[in-house]
Amino acid sequence: MNQHWVSDKPFDPHVTAELSPEQEKFFLASQWQLIWWKFKRHKIAMLSMAFLLFTYGVALFAEFFSPYALHSRHTDTIYSPPQPVHFVHQGEFIGPYVHGWSYKLNMDKLVREYKEDTSKIYPVKFFCEGDSYTLWGMFEGNTHLFCVDYPGSIYLLGTDRLGHDMLSRITYGARISLTIGLLGILLSFVLGLTFGGMAGYYGGFIDSSVQRVTEIIRSFPELPLWMALSALLPLNWSPLWIFFGITLILAMLDWTGLARTVRGKILALREEDYTTAALLMGAKPSRILTRHMFPSLFSHLIASASLSIPAMILGETALSFLGLGLRPPITSWGVLLNEAQNINNVAVYPWLMLPVVPVILVILAFNFMGDGLRDAADPYHN
Amino acid sequence: MLKYLAKRILLMIPTLVVISMLVFIIIQLPPGDYLESYIAELESQGESVDPQKIEFLREEYGLNMPLWKQYLVWVTGFVQGDLGYSFEYNLPVSEVIGDKMWLTIIVSFFTILVTWAIAFPIGIYSATHPYSWSDYGLTLVGFLGLATPNFLLALVMLYLANRYFGTSIGGLMDPEYMDQPWSWAKIKSVLEHLWIPVLVIGTSGTAGMIRRLRANLMDELRKPYVVTGRAKGMGETRLLVKYPLRLSLNFFIADIGSILPSIISGAEVVAVVLSLPTTGPILLAALQSQDMYLAGSFLMFLAMLTVIGVLISDIALAMLDPRIRLQGGSKK
Repeated sequence: MNQHWVSDKPFDPHVTAELSPEQEKFFLASQWQLIWWKFKRHKIAMLSMAFLLFTYGVALFAEFFSPYALHSRHTDTIYSPPQPVHFVHQGEFIGPYVHGWSYKLNMDKLVREYKEDTSKIYPVKFFCEGDSYTLWGMFEGNTHLFCVDYPGSIYLLGTDRLGHDMLSRITYGARISLTIGLLGILLSFVLGLTFGGMAGYYGGFIDSSVQRVTEIIRSFPELPLWMALSALLPLNWSPLWIFFGITLILAMLDWTGLARTVRGKILALREEDYTTAALLMGAKPSRILTRHMFPSLFSHLIASASLSIPAMILGETALSFLGLGLRPPITSWGVLLNEAQNINNVAVYPWLMLPVVPVILVILAFNFMGDGLRDAADPYHN
Repeated sequence: MLKYLAKRILLMIPTLVVISMLVFIIIQLPPGDYLESYIAELESQGESVDPQKIEFLREEYGLNMPLWKQYLVWVTGFVQGDLGYSFEYNLPVSEVIGDKMWLTIIVSFFTILVTWAIAFPIGIYSATHPYSWSDYGLTLVGFLGLATPNFLLALVMLYLANRYFGTSIGGLMDPEYMDQPWSWAKIKSVLEHLWIPVLVIGTSGTAGMIRRLRANLMDELRKPYVVTGRAKGMGETRLLVKYPLRLSLNFFIADIGSILPSIISGAEVVAVVLSLPTTGPILLAALQSQDMYLAGSFLMFLAMLTVIGVLISDIALAMLDPRIRLQGGSKK
């Protein structure tokens, strides 16, 4: 038999409408708050973001983090291998230190051979004074994160053909390689928003011509075109202009993907009621686009932008590697790798290949972060 | 079908015309022409230059014509198979290109085949075992392949081979076959060398394809017809092969369009690193020395390669998938 059970609690008609504090927080949260909560759940993406923040931080304060100045040459330690850091000396822990380098030219094999001179001990010092620099061209300083006293040296990643410290070069190189990605994406963002927005909003002839142009650009193999365009940059341009030229070239071919995303989204948003309302109130197209449409597709744009930054960084690296991009004295990861092109050299001095590591790590991190952002970009969608 | 084919080929013509204009503008943009840098080079070596000879050369190559006329001459020559003259090599461009273009096509073709051969089983496996450890592992490997730039991978492999095997893996054939006519021995040698560049170039495309195939097949597997098939007692393998797999095959062919440009891009840099006798190294040299007709022909050929590759994939798709509207008309 069915037995009816009736609660004897007093009846409250508003019980379903009341929210627990957590629910209230969730329902009242802004779009960006929701995106952040969703993004936080993606552990690898969070880790990648932390790594990227760290890398950009190091690049920003490259002068401080690198043990030597960018162009300081150590002519007596050319092609020095990475120096090991020791902690325990004769069974006693004395903190991090390095030994001196004793150097011999091996005339049989014609290579420089370095051996640790265990009689000399140089403790690693932190926040110490070393090569002087001008941070961002404004602040004079000579404090470095770590260094050892003269005549000792600390080359954690070895030195190159001219006796430059590789770690310092890679740190300074990060500044150029990473900003080229950001500047380039900024440019292609503007291009993509303008063309994609126009194509999506106006449709018709503008839409189909923008579509054709993006199709043609996308059908062209990117790298040969980049190579051709960067071969155009005059040799007598100053390094700074070459830098901007390369950024422009990278952005010129990259905006098509963004334009497609924007167009697709705008086409959908054009049908929304609030767009019609804005139109009826007499808003101009530029206002409708920037005020009503862009905010709702911004999160998607950031996600797809973070997925196309790696392509830019790689583009610069590939071009500089081939000798068509940046040239010394500008130091980027591609320029450093250009010196690793000679495989016979690299076989003897393998640490010249080390700039590969940060490139791959940064590219991976951007990909993972972009993946997480893309998943989080639409917090109202399950 | 024929109508579709004709329409598709006709659509290709304006694309190629625009591309040819772009290429021509690009090769014309650098200030001065090859002759000017040639004169500068001769003068820097202390040699005198006969102005009459220069004037003759300029006349001969049509360098003093207005730009649009030069473009027309170049394009009509290109269509008729006259690719112009390479200043650097002092040879007609077609002779410099020789079989380099074919080697590029061979490398790209094999790369696509290998990409398919690897991506297909892995993609199916990941899609049928989603969120398992093996799926996560393969996804990670795929991500690594996607994120590691081809030319860096080539560099690392070159170093490792040199370090541990003491051999150079560069080149596309044994040295004794270079400049030799094609023979079975030469083909065998090419095939022996081919796998390294093919694997290196293929990594990024393979990874991307695995990810897209997985997503695509997982979408299909969720559809009601799969449930129906399972409900009427169909075996899992038969169920998979009979319907969802066939649907994702279409996607497989359509995907050529998206991986072909990146394969050709990758092939160019990897060729420089591994010193393959394909178009890469010569294109680079031609761009650096402003050997405009040579560079232009290469760029044009590479673009044509992608456009035609996409065309072939579109046609194959139209033949395989009856749902694709051949006559166009309104979209859904």
